[in-house]
Amino acid sequence: MSGAFFALLRRDLLLAFRRRTELLFPVAFLLVVVSLFPLGIGPGPALLARIAPGVIWIAALLATVISLDGLFRSDFDDGTLEQFILSGHPLTLIVLAKIVAHWLVAGLPLVLLSPLLAIWMNLPLESLGVLIVTLFLGTPILSLIGSIGVGLTLSLKRGGQLLSLLVFPLYVPILILATAAVMAVSDGLPYGAFLGLLIAGLVTSVTLAPFAAAAALKISLS
Amino acid sequence: MKTDKPRKNPLVMFIHKLGSPPWFYDFTGKFVPWLWAVFAALTIWGLYLGLIKAPPDYLQGESYRIMYIHVPAAWMSMMIYVLMAFMSFIALIWRIRTMEIMAMNSAPIGAAFTLIALATGSLWGRPTWGTYWVWDARLTSELVLLFLYLGVIGLYKAMDEPRKAARAASLLALVGLVNLPIIHFSVKWWNTLHQGSSISMTGSKIDASMLWPLLIMAIAMKFYYGANLITRSRVTLLEQDLRKGWTRDVAKDAARERNS
Repeated sequence: MSGAFFALLRRDLLLAFRRRTELLFPVAFLLVVVSLFPLGIGPGPALLARIAPGVIWIAALLATVISLDGLFRSDFDDGTLEQFILSGHPLTLIVLAKIVAHWLVAGLPLVLLSPLLAIWMNLPLESLGVLIVTLFLGTPILSLIGSIGVGLTLSLKRGGQLLSLLVFPLYVPILILATAAVMAVSDGLPYGAFLGLLIAGLVTSVTLAPFAAAAALKISLS
Repeated sequence: MKTDKPRKNPLVMFIHKLGSPPWFYDFTGKFVPWLWAVFAALTIWGLYLGLIKAPPDYLQGESYRIMYIHVPAAWMSMMIYVLMAFMSFIALIWRIRTMEIMAMNSAPIGAAFTLIALATGSLWGRPTWGTYWVWDARLTSELVLLFLYLGVIGLYKAMDEPRKAARAASLLALVGLVNLPIIHFSVKWWNTLHQGSSISMTGSKIDASMLWPLLIMAIAMKFYYGANLITRSRVTLLEQDLRKGWTRDVAKDAARERNS
């Protein structure tokens, strides 16, 4: 069972690295969106520092949703997805492998990029560590919950716009928790509880979301 | 080993029969006019008591009367989501078509109640809070709820094949139901955290002369939901089964009634 998981993970990562330019799209998107905020609001350091966690997190949400559209797309178009279902391996496990691969390719770069964004947004250095931790815990949840929406909109011609309507309301708690944790650091308040809740969210979504995404895929392929 | 079938429980039989479109159409046709009538009577009574008989509030004057629309609409918006998800669950597990149709027809009604709750809430906010919109926990939760409804409606309308669309949107409704308490509590707690608007409307005990119209209106809205849902579902059934025998019989009966 784990053989299929790792084989699929390896395949997806290999496919992603064969198209290296596409790997840069979510990263470039994140950079462009965050750089628009100082231009739109003004370069005042205090204001930027105040809105930094929210801006970086919202940009991460947008970047995730944009990259999510490709999660099952090519496998759906060429019929590989049907073969996965026929293969006899549990679809939940296959979905989980694809989500992990997606996060490694599209989510992890956002985490690694966050120090640069934090400097741009004038975020205090002591908040940076917590920002990285929240992104590290939170972006996998975004990929996991998003995979349900992708599964549901897969058979639509233009599912991308609908996808954002489906998943953004579900992202609200993560956005609140993550930005609250970063803001708590700058206000000198304890932030452990927020991180604990994020971990709880991660554990819950790892356990439940692949089942829902697999059910969604089966509906889309029916 | 016994070969004769066990006698079916009448309740199970009843639920079983509701899954059959012609039977559902016949059965609901008998009492849906009564639902509309009860709704109309209760609404007139409730609005009369609420808008005319109830005394003005000592603090808010006459403006509090919008409560008789706002509060029942907000209650309904949440209740309908839970019912929709419950019906979606049944529809997904047992693949009952009438249930799929009922679940999907609940979504626009629920969205309308959410919109009414938001609109009346913001109109009520103007005289009491001095602004049309505050990021109050309840308003924000309602807004997210509206987005959840719009997602279900959007997904259902986007797919061409109605049964597949209903199953996909049902799954989304269930995912939303799991998230709804999390969203609700996170928003509530986000609101206390930021201290943006620490206005609360609770505190004062409500007098019986003001409470009764509210309860009557709440029950009237539930009848409205039932009547509207069943009326919508009957139309959807006719539309989907346009080329089947039983719809032809329905059309014939309707024509005969009109001619006689």
